[in-house]
Amino acid sequence: MEFLDLLSFGGGGWGDDLAAGLAVTVALALTTLPIGLVLGFLLALAKDSDDPGLIRAATIFTTIFRGLPELLTLFIIYYGGQIALQKLFRLLFDTYVEFSSFTAGVIALSLVFASFASEVFLSAFRGIQKGQYEGAYALGLRPTTTMRLVILPQLIRLALPGLSNLWLILLKDTSLVSVIALNDLLRNTNVAVGVTKQPFFFYFVACMIYLVLSIISSFGINGIDRWSRRGEATK
Amino acid sequence: MTMREMSANQAANQAYVSDRLLPAEPPPASVRHWSKARIAGIVLMTLWAAIAIALVVFFISAWNPALLTRYGPKLLDGLLVTIELVVLSVAIGAVLAGIVAAGRLSKNRWTRGLAFAFVYFFRGTPLLAQTFLVYYGAGQFREVFEAAGLWWFFRDAFNCAALTFTLNTAAYQAEIYAGAIRGISVGQWEGARALGLSPVVIFIKVVAPQALITALRPLGNEIIFMIKGSAIASVITVYDLLGETRLAFSRSFDFQVYLWAAGLYLVVVEALRRLWDAAERRLTRHLKPAQDSSGQQVVAEQLGA
Repeated sequence: MEFLDLLSFGGGGWGDDLAAGLAVTVALALTTLPIGLVLGFLLALAKDSDDPGLIRAATIFTTIFRGLPELLTLFIIYYGGQIALQKLFRLLFDTYVEFSSFTAGVIALSLVFASFASEVFLSAFRGIQKGQYEGAYALGLRPTTTMRLVILPQLIRLALPGLSNLWLILLKDTSLVSVIALNDLLRNTNVAVGVTKQPFFFYFVACMIYLVLSIISSFGINGIDRWSRRGEATK
Repeated sequence: MTMREMSANQAANQAYVSDRLLPAEPPPASVRHWSKARIAGIVLMTLWAAIAIALVVFFISAWNPALLTRYGPKLLDGLLVTIELVVLSVAIGAVLAGIVAAGRLSKNRWTRGLAFAFVYFFRGTPLLAQTFLVYYGAGQFREVFEAAGLWWFFRDAFNCAALTFTLNTAAYQAEIYAGAIRGISVGQWEGARALGLSPVVIFIKVVAPQALITALRPLGNEIIFMIKGSAIASVITVYDLLGETRLAFSRSFDFQVYLWAAGLYLVVVEALRRLWDAAERRLTRHLKPAQDSSGQQVVAEQLGA
C-alpha cells in the first residue's frame, strides 16, 4: 500500500512527476525519429551513389558517430554547442543565449540514429533489384517518381526490421539526456529517489515504464509491417 | 565442298566485309560529368576538410602542455579501466549467456519463460537505468548485504558497473547464441546422431563450430556496443575514460579534453572493428569461393589450367 502511495498523482506521490518525465522522453524520441530517418536516408543515398567523394564524405560521418559512445556525443554537442553558440551570439548580437539540453539531446541522438539508419537503408537499397529501376525507366518515370512510387514502398518493407530495432535503441538512449539535466523519465526518477530514499523501487518502476514503451512500440511496428505488406498475397 | 574450302570461303567473306567497314574508332575517353552527386561530394568533402582544419587550428591555439601532462596520463588510465570493464563483463557475460541461451532453447516451459524474462528485461530497459537500479538499489539493502558478507562488493561503483554490464551483455549474447544455434538445420543433428555421436559431442564438434561462425559478426557488434556503453559507468563515479574526461573538464573547463576522449574511443572502436573483420574473413575463408584481388572468381581459371 505504501508503494502505491508513492506512485499516486498529487502532493505526496510521484506519479505525476514520472508521467511528466515520460512525456519528455516520448517527445524527445518522437522529435529525433523523423530527423534521424531523413538524415539516415540521405546518407544512404550518398553511400549508394557512384561518386567517390560523396561516398567518402558519408562514410566519415557514419564512422565518427557509430564509433563514439552516445554519452560522449551528447556531451560534445551539449558543451561544444554551448561554447560555439555563445561565441557566435556574443560576436553578432552581444547577448547571452542558452543551448537547451532538449535541443542538444535531439541533435546528438539524431546524428547517432542517422549513422546506424544509413546502414539499414543501404542494405535495403542493395536488396532492390536493378530491374525495378530499369522497368520504371522503361515506363518513362522520372527519377524522383521512380523513387517515390517504385523504390520507397519496397524499401520500407526491407528496412523495417532494422529500423524498428533502431527505434527501440533510441527509446532507451533517450535516458542519457538525464545526465545533462533534462527532466526526462529517468531524471525525474532520480529526483524521486533523492527525496524518498527508495532507489530500488523507483528505478524498477522506471525500467518497467521503458519496457511498456517498447511493448507498445512493438504493436505499432507490427501494424506498420502489416501495412507495408498489404500488396503481398495473403497466405 | 570440303571443310577446308568452306573455311577459306568464310575468311574471304570476312575480309570483304571488313574492307568496306569504317575503321574501328578508339573508345571515347570517359567524361566525368558535373553531376549533382559529384558537386555534393565536393561540397561535403570540402566541409569535412574545413572541420579538420578548424580542429587543427583549435588544437594549436589551445595548445597547453601543462594540460596534456596533467590529464593525458589520467585519460590513458581511464582507458585501461574502460578496457578492464569491457573485458570482464564480456567474458563473464559470455559464460552466463551460455546458460541463458540453454534456457531459451530448453524444452521446459518454465525454464524457457525465465530465460525469456531475463533477456526481455535487460534488452528492453536502458543500461543507465539498470546501472542505477544495481548501484543505488544495492545501497538500499545494505544491511542484508552486510549480513550476507557481500557489502564489500556492492560498495564499489566499479563492481556494480561490471555486474550490470555483465548481466546486460549476457542477455544480448544469449539471444545471439540461441539464434545461431536455432539456425543450424535439424539435419546436422540428425546426421550426427545417425553416426552414433552422443549429444554432448554433437554439440561441441558439429553444432557449436557452425553456430559460432554465424554468431561472429553480431558478437563483434555487441563488444563494440559494450565499449561505447561502458561510458555510462562514468555517471556512477567510475573513473573510466569518460569519467576521467568529465573530471578533467570540471577542473580545467577546457573543452579539448572531450575531443581527446573522442579520438581515443574512435581509435579503439575502429581498431577493434577492423581486427574483427579480418578475423572473421580468416575464420570463414573456407565458406567462400577463392577470389583474386579484383574480386573475380579464380576457380574457373584453375580448372582451365
